[in-house]
Amino acid sequence: MTKTKIKVLIGKPGLDGHDRGAKVTALALRDAGMEVIYTGLHQTVEQIVRAAVQEAVDVVGLSIMSGAHLPICQKLLEMMKGEGIEEIPVVVGGVIPKQDIPKLNKLGIAGVFPGGTHFGQIVDSIREIAKS
Amino acid sequence: MGVAKYIKNEKDAIKEVIYQSGIKVKPVYTPKDLEDVGFDYGSDLGDPGEYPFTRNLHPQGYRSRAWTTRQYTGFGTPQETNERFKLMISHGQTGLNVAFDLPTQMGYDSDDPMALGEVGRVGMAINSLHDFEIAFEGIPLDRIGSGLTINAVASIMLAMYQATAEKYGYAKEKISATPQNDILKEMIGRGAWIFPVEQAVRLVGDSIEYSVKELPRCNPVSICGYHIRESGANPAQEIACAFEIAKAYIENVQSRGLAVEDFVGRFSFNLNVFGNLWEQIAKFRAARKLWARMLKEEYGVQEKKKLFLRGLFGGGGSGLTKEQPENNIMRGAFYALGAALSGAQTTALCSFDEAYTIPTPRAALLSLRTLEILMDEVGLRDTVDPLAGSYFIETLTKQMEAKIQDEMKQIQDVGGMVHAVATGFIQRKVAQQAYEYESGIQKGEYIKVGVNKYAEGSEGQTDVDLHEYNEQWVDTQVASLKALRRTRDNRDVQRLLKDLETAARDGKNVMPFLVDCCRAYATVGEMAGVFREVFGEWQEPSIF
Repeated sequence: MTKTKIKVLIGKPGLDGHDRGAKVTALALRDAGMEVIYTGLHQTVEQIVRAAVQEAVDVVGLSIMSGAHLPICQKLLEMMKGEGIEEIPVVVGGVIPKQDIPKLNKLGIAGVFPGGTHFGQIVDSIREIAKS
Repeated sequence: MGVAKYIKNEKDAIKEVIYQSGIKVKPVYTPKDLEDVGFDYGSDLGDPGEYPFTRNLHPQGYRSRAWTTRQYTGFGTPQETNERFKLMISHGQTGLNVAFDLPTQMGYDSDDPMALGEVGRVGMAINSLHDFEIAFEGIPLDRIGSGLTINAVASIMLAMYQATAEKYGYAKEKISATPQNDILKEMIGRGAWIFPVEQAVRLVGDSIEYSVKELPRCNPVSICGYHIRESGANPAQEIACAFEIAKAYIENVQSRGLAVEDFVGRFSFNLNVFGNLWEQIAKFRAARKLWARMLKEEYGVQEKKKLFLRGLFGGGGSGLTKEQPENNIMRGAFYALGAALSGAQTTALCSFDEAYTIPTPRAALLSLRTLEILMDEVGLRDTVDPLAGSYFIETLTKQMEAKIQDEMKQIQDVGGMVHAVATGFIQRKVAQQAYEYESGIQKGEYIKVGVNKYAEGSEGQTDVDLHEYNEQWVDTQVASLKALRRTRDNRDVQRLLKDLETAARDGKNVMPFLVDCCRAYATVGEMAGVFREVFGEWQEPSIF
């Protein structure tokens, strides 16, 4: 079955500007045949949700290095619900301590990719998540 | 991360070694190699302390003075940070290197909605002079120099530092601050930019011009190859970008009618130490020489001391790993060794737990002790530039010099650094390289111990104590800010902010106006707000 390209929004919420991870992941997803939209830096959660609606993406990915992943993810998921797009799966990468992974999953985050996760694993997960 | 490509045969013998900058290393070097690269002692090295300073800035290197250690410190409230400063000074640290939280770096007050969740998280939260008074209480500002790691609003922080010193009775002529103040590198990596390129560079120019006239012991800009390297550049590109950035600032200040000779001696650099040991040493030696030669030949700078490539060679964050974090203690020691063998004037070391957290006091102290062991225990102070004359090191230094020049030319060919940043040329190149590099690690082309080799047991092994983020700091900061807004003379603040706005619009040097605003306890958010209003915000070029 040939499906149209998986469309992924990579969002960089908050004030942190360390975007090496966001950029290399965007390049890896693109090389894997996905369509990638990168929001650029210093985005509010509102801006990311708006971009997800406008671009009609299949998956939203957040890159967070500042330690504020829990409050940011919570807010994003709430706002997505408010916009009626809660069915779009959300994944998160960045500096994520192991003990926070179950907490993120409990919030409803579909995939967590701490720094160092292999590109292949991220690509496979996103394909799987986008399918379901 | 890893350091070089090693191509091996089936018996694990190394067939080929290729450094990140693209230099192939031979198994054996002889005098013939020096001949081939045209090595000449007088023009390529000179004695230590002599032009072109390849060997060292000072005739006796560390014999006359050990390096300055400047661990990066700051978190939570100004009070917490002040306590940590005093701890590090009591353990022998000789300079400060101040970390600010993201809202402060981005010009937002602690109660701004944009600051949510970030107050005091990655550095200390500073709203006004009141906070700086607490942070620097009891620090001898005439003896201890402070690096202020902030860029987009560095001009504001430099003004605030002056106002603080004056409050504590130190003459502005006596204080030594080094605001990082390198906005172009923020636009390439690290990302703490606010204003459009041209206006942002003008603010850097304003603070340099002001320092030359008013703050004789301050170093108004610290140009950072460091973060560009962290973002994916190789060592030759790190130096090339730093020098091309420096040229952009030089030309801005020069255009105000100042002679390069009168201000360039204040420039300092922040360069990275991780990677292949020999490549780093060659990089620093080549960089000292290229900088001196460029200033002398292109800008006609005469005075010897003004040709010095001064600065901090240290850090090494990207070399450290999350996996098997204790290995980072060893890595740090080798990076610091590289810095010492390169004659680093000032240094600092990332702590072994930094892939996880802001360093705990134990980890920060270990880094400081590593630096002290090198100087005091194992002999790095014995003689200056101990590797000089090595067939290998001198050949490599010449090769690095050529690589750096080649990278500089590529930037010049697209119209210089301001243009290369505005169009995304550099960002695109660095991101692509970071991607290729990361792929190389994942495929095992670059070896990283504990990550893609000897990785057994890496899973689940994290003996790192996490630095606790205390939610109470936010309440403390916000309460203190609200009290300040009630008690200060708000009419005076409004008037001074208006003056600042006029100066910003009229293209006057904003620094004296910022100092006045700081003295009246205007907040960082208010002053940056004026600039946001007048200059607007930068729109990143798309690089995909």
